[in-house]
Amino acid sequence: MAKNFSIKHQPGFTAIAATCFIVLYLPIIVLVIYAFNAASSTSEWGGFSLRWFQSAWQNTQVVDATLRSFQIGSIAAVFSTIFATMAALATTRTAPYPGLTFKYAAINQPLMVPEIVTGVALLIFFSRIKIFTGYSGIGYLVAAHTAFCIPFAYLPIRARLENMDLTLERAAADLYATPWKTFRRITLPLLWPGILAGLMLAFVISLDDVVITEFVKSGGQDTLPTYMLGQIRRGITPEINAISTAFLLLSVAIVTLFFFVSRKRD
Amino acid sequence: MATAEEVAKAAERRDVRDRWLLSAPALLVIFLAATGPLLIVLVYSFLTPGSYGDVKWQFSPEAWIAVFLERDIFDDTLSVAAAHVTIFLRSIKLSVVTTIATLALGFPTAYFMATRSEKTRDLWLFLITIPFWTNLLIRTFAVLQIIRNEGIINTILLKLGIISAPIQILYTDTAILIGMAYVYLPLMVLPIYASMEKLDFRLVEAGYDLYATRFQVLRRIIFPMVKPGVIAGSILVFIPALGAYVTPSVLGGGKNMMLSNLIELQFGQGRNWPLGSALSIAVMIIVMVALLAYVRNAGKSGVRHG
Repeated sequence: MAKNFSIKHQPGFTAIAATCFIVLYLPIIVLVIYAFNAASSTSEWGGFSLRWFQSAWQNTQVVDATLRSFQIGSIAAVFSTIFATMAALATTRTAPYPGLTFKYAAINQPLMVPEIVTGVALLIFFSRIKIFTGYSGIGYLVAAHTAFCIPFAYLPIRARLENMDLTLERAAADLYATPWKTFRRITLPLLWPGILAGLMLAFVISLDDVVITEFVKSGGQDTLPTYMLGQIRRGITPEINAISTAFLLLSVAIVTLFFFVSRKRD
Repeated sequence: MATAEEVAKAAERRDVRDRWLLSAPALLVIFLAATGPLLIVLVYSFLTPGSYGDVKWQFSPEAWIAVFLERDIFDDTLSVAAAHVTIFLRSIKLSVVTTIATLALGFPTAYFMATRSEKTRDLWLFLITIPFWTNLLIRTFAVLQIIRNEGIINTILLKLGIISAPIQILYTDTAILIGMAYVYLPLMVLPIYASMEKLDFRLVEAGYDLYATRFQVLRRIIFPMVKPGVIAGSILVFIPALGAYVTPSVLGGGKNMMLSNLIELQFGQGRNWPLGSALSIAVMIIVMVALLAYVRNAGKSGVRHG
């Protein structure tokens, strides 16, 4: 047998893994490079330029869609995180009680249904409400986003809570702290990294959504992803590359933050 | 006077009640804007289509018949709706192939990551996580730029003289397949990695001590131990692949429809909301069957997997 026999070695696995990582990143890198293309075609390289970033910045449709995305994303992220925190407090650190399994299933339900089905369901439901109330604002999108963000926000918060024992809270109660005070001064500070992680996840998930938004939105309510989908279907210019690059940068920044917040163990 | 037991019971009841109140907002929002509307879809699938979209409140099983059968407009005979069957089969086939392809690539990748040193593992995990949280539309768009006729693959092959005309990949089933495998790969790697990370390599060593070959160790020791991760990954890839909307719309062009495009059509130009609803429920049923298979399988292997 070979002298340096490694028990962890499997033939070809490293090569496949290397291919995977290259294949995962290559298209994204090409996309980013062409965002800085001076030519107006996405196949010829015409030298370095920022003109497509500038043109995206001056495109009112892009700016509108971006602002709408942020608006929906932040409202949905805040609400879904608050609701998910409450739900996580209600479903962890307890002996099983009637309805606990139901709650788990209900909270994770949006993850189990293909987005297209949820999209269609909301299209039908909201079109009824629109006729009934006459309201056709952004509220429908916010509601839909809040709902499908809850299971994502719930994940890190629940994980964090499960690693917190009740000792400190019991000690606080022994010292005559009211339940609210205990929550405010003990539970919340300890849980905070989980809540932050949940908030960021929810925001990214909302920002990324295409399918449900596409079905729920009324005319003139494009978010950045649905606007981009429309443009890509019509034919592509490097402007889409520029928008994608900016979007990517934002996602990477949030994910990096999330990674550090959720990895921190204290 | 209440006994101690009664007091404890009352406290417990209060605790359960508080816990219901705490979870009420989340449950309410999910019921109103996710679960509840699914029931409406079920109702709509049994109604009559309205002339300008929406429905007439009149019971009709036509939508469900139309999922797989076609009614001849002259003599009312039923025949198999070839177009629908083709789209169903194509969607299932593409989703299955995507799942297999991501498994074939993702399993070795997860193994590679799990066998790195503790410190570098986090870095590899981070590298897989970034595409995972990057907008799916952007990643699909990135694939589009690579595989189209003027894209990097065709340009290089042309310049090298290997081909004389660009290979048409875009707007074919192959394009959808490449796109789905690309966007869903992290969904396969992450759960397999989670199982793989806990793998006890002393068992692998024991296998080699007993003269097992590398392949035997892989098949008889490693694979059975990470099977829950493999099943979880397959489910996580299969469900979104079956309902994929963005990837086939961008890479498949108008002709190569998948189920989601067919459903969308019924709510747009098709103006047949009941048929669209019935198709949506049909997708749900396929997903349910896959999930049930997963639950039974996970139960059988005796390992709980989150």
